[in-house]
Amino acid sequence: MTTTTEIEPMAATGLRAQLSEFWHYFSVNKGAVIGLWVFVALVLVALFAPLIAPHDPIEQVRDALLMPPAWAEKGDARFLLGTDAVGRDILSRLIFGARYSLFIGCVVVVVALSGGILIGLVAGFFGGWVDTVIMRVMDVILAFPSLLLALVLVAILGPGLTNAMIAIALVLQPHFARLTRAAVMAELPREYVMASRVAGAGKMRLMFRTILPNCLAPLIVQATLSFSGAILDAAALGFLGMGAQRPTPEWGTMLAEAREFILAAWWVVTFPGLAILITVLAINLMGDGLRDALDPKLKRS
Amino acid sequence: MFRFLLGKLAYLVPTFIGITIVAFGFVRVLPGDPVLLMAGERGLTPERHAELSAQLGFDRPIWQQYLDFLGRLFQGDFGTSLVTKKPVLTEFFTLFPATLELSLCAILLATAVGLPLGIFAAIRRGSWFDQVSMSSALVGYSMPIFWWGLLLIIFFSGVLGWTPVSGRISLMFYFPTVTGFMTIDSLLSGQDGAFTSALSHLILPTIVLATIPMAVIARQARSAMLEVLGEDYVRTARAKGLSAWRVVGLHALRNALIPVITTIGLQVGTLMGGAILTETIFSWPGIGKAMVDSISRRDYPSVQGGLLIIAALVMTVNLLVDLLYGLINPRIRHR
Repeated sequence: MTTTTEIEPMAATGLRAQLSEFWHYFSVNKGAVIGLWVFVALVLVALFAPLIAPHDPIEQVRDALLMPPAWAEKGDARFLLGTDAVGRDILSRLIFGARYSLFIGCVVVVVALSGGILIGLVAGFFGGWVDTVIMRVMDVILAFPSLLLALVLVAILGPGLTNAMIAIALVLQPHFARLTRAAVMAELPREYVMASRVAGAGKMRLMFRTILPNCLAPLIVQATLSFSGAILDAAALGFLGMGAQRPTPEWGTMLAEAREFILAAWWVVTFPGLAILITVLAINLMGDGLRDALDPKLKRS
Repeated sequence: MFRFLLGKLAYLVPTFIGITIVAFGFVRVLPGDPVLLMAGERGLTPERHAELSAQLGFDRPIWQQYLDFLGRLFQGDFGTSLVTKKPVLTEFFTLFPATLELSLCAILLATAVGLPLGIFAAIRRGSWFDQVSMSSALVGYSMPIFWWGLLLIIFFSGVLGWTPVSGRISLMFYFPTVTGFMTIDSLLSGQDGAFTSALSHLILPTIVLATIPMAVIARQARSAMLEVLGEDYVRTARAKGLSAWRVVGLHALRNALIPVITTIGLQVGTLMGGAILTETIFSWPGIGKAMVDSISRRDYPSVQGGLLIIAALVMTVNLLVDLLYGLINPRIRHR
């Protein structure tokens, strides 16, 4: 049995070795690498949006309403992807929209992940009636179709981006709680946990320092999936008028505004959805790669 | 098997109670006066307010209100819609066939395409067919379906003019409702062109709603098949000299299908979520669209009832899937 004093001096090189092993498995999956690059590009676009965007995302140019993309007939070189019904530059709105989508994904995942980990740790660690009550509550949340529950929660809290994020985080959280609980229950009977307990580790230390680091792999994979799920759900709520409100350049909200013009101006509908698809696809590609790299037990699929 | 069934049912009771608490609590945590929200009247006099409050039971202790609520549920009273003034349950039954017709068609399409796709991808692992179909599956899985629906409308209704934009059937046709399934009712009516019209209205929403389940089924079928193909008994069957198709068709497929059937069954939740978006885009008069409308019209009794019915429905189907799983896979039953 190894003791902590033996492990700690090796930690630095161990971490580096782990990372390079991880990268080795991750980079085998070409799709995952492509997804990663697209995602990095999106993050850069979001960070430097004010520098990249040719126009102000909510500036209305009165003489350029529903202008088609620059390469189309009657297109204008000033507006590469055309303008919407009130003369706003679609490209600039999409660039600023990247900020919202990535922000939504980050906030939702952080909230759902930390809440889920806490709840799952408590349920798995204490067991008994605490576990039963917690898991039944999670079952109740999972019994509702997630989009429906998010919609109703937003109806209670009032429409808006913040409330939409809270609702989505609440709906996604049980997945993390379940995963954490299952992982904790698998780790609890292991010898290293017993050793730590015998050595006098308190409950908190056992939960967060001893057990949690060994449960992280499935949680990271689930976090990636939830990241893309959150972006999709937030866009869906925006599309239904319950998420970000106009004139916010959020992609789902842009689609909601564009709906009336679908047969008259294809570009106002096509580009925001394409942006959502590319973002979600990139993240899901990364998620597949992460799963292969972190969890060799699961077969590649 | 009986014990298995009882165990599953016992497991569901607390969840069901939880669902009723959520639906009951929903109205009470809404900002604003619950009496005004549930009665849907404005400019009430204090007397009328007290009368309504007593009538709706809001003047009683909260636990008694909850028990009353449960009691009414068991009598089939899910409240009355503020907009149509009809019982929520009646409204549900008039709207549900539309959603059921759409969902059934969607899951059939998703299975008919996704299953063979996944199985062939597994058999020809690493081939261009595998790569193309799994890439498409990932795109389908990542698809914002509300946008996908709009794109299909632009192309098939706008550019080609093949399909109508919204609704279930052309307004030219009118016939009595028999099954509630527009395709079947139009056939029964015997009117020329009615069936074609119903079908052309159904195609695009079906494709949109089927997209995500199709991708999930294809991915699941592929990994289940790969797993089975690596098993010893498949190798034995191959070693005995059975033809490749016989090995796949007879030995591997049967076992690979077990997890896939569960996956198909568990898509009900996805379908209900997808129905909200699909029905909104295509103005399909089902419960998904009705829920969105009820929320935006602040018809809270309808939202409350709908929430309850949909969750109970999803739970029941999941239970049936569990039972089916126990039926086809004895290993689960005898645990």
